[in-house]
Amino acid sequence: MTDVLLMFLKAFLVGGGICTVAQILINYTKITSGKILVYFLLAGIFLQSIGVYQYLVDFAGAGATVPISGFGYLLAEGAIKGAENGLFGAFTGGLIAASAGVTAAIVFGYLNALIFKAKSKKN
Amino acid sequence: MQKAYNSKYLEYVSKISPKTNEKRSLLRAFFVGGTICLIGQFIRFFLEFTFGLYGDVLSGTTSVILIFIGSLLTGLGVYDRIGKFAGGGSIVPITGFANSVVSPAMEFKTEGFIYGLAAKMFVIAGPILVFGILGSVSVGIIYYIVGLF
Repeated sequence: MTDVLLMFLKAFLVGGGICTVAQILINYTKITSGKILVYFLLAGIFLQSIGVYQYLVDFAGAGATVPISGFGYLLAEGAIKGAENGLFGAFTGGLIAASAGVTAAIVFGYLNALIFKAKSKKN
Repeated sequence: MQKAYNSKYLEYVSKISPKTNEKRSLLRAFFVGGTICLIGQFIRFFLEFTFGLYGDVLSGTTSVILIFIGSLLTGLGVYDRIGKFAGGGSIVPITGFANSVVSPAMEFKTEGFIYGLAAKMFVIAGPILVFGILGSVSVGIIYYIVGLF
């Protein structure tokens, strides 16, 4: 039971930590949020390509996989595993690994945008 | 002369633009981002012990559920309110990716279901997919070439 609680704590701390890094970038560099997402994604791909992000995933679970850098991790990990089966695997592995997330974003994104109306922006 | 003029203007802009409380915004990002990841871990745990999922199916299903929650909350107008409070804490998690898909799509629905809704879904998600796929293929090819030797 303590293992489970510890895992929850680690997910909270690591996930919160990654988001804090993003907030620091927003506060001090004025990078727009769309660019932040791309940079964090590329950071996840890079860190997994040198084998580092896996340690973070093993340590923090969802704390490392839920941020967008975890999506990059998934893409890189899929490509690396695919590369073991040849060039075609290297080409398709990333998107195969990320297919659930991409499909969900498109399907649920389209349906929700179809159902709901944009609220007038009140500040 | 031109430069002095600009710097005076910039000084003026920074004087009247609202100050964000930086320490507080960091705490908020940490707390909300951490909570979203905690919910992700909870979903993982629930799926593992209730349905016996594991490995790729477990992490994939967790992402699907989080993306569903993120896009639904965006549709209901709740996620934007969280975002105003949390900043980076709501942008970086996968629910923020879902938010970036739904939000512009809803906004541009009036321009039609194809060029409005479907096209604008990818205003922010498009670059993510482009760089994600470019990056993943690059890594795959490097690993393939290294594996040949």
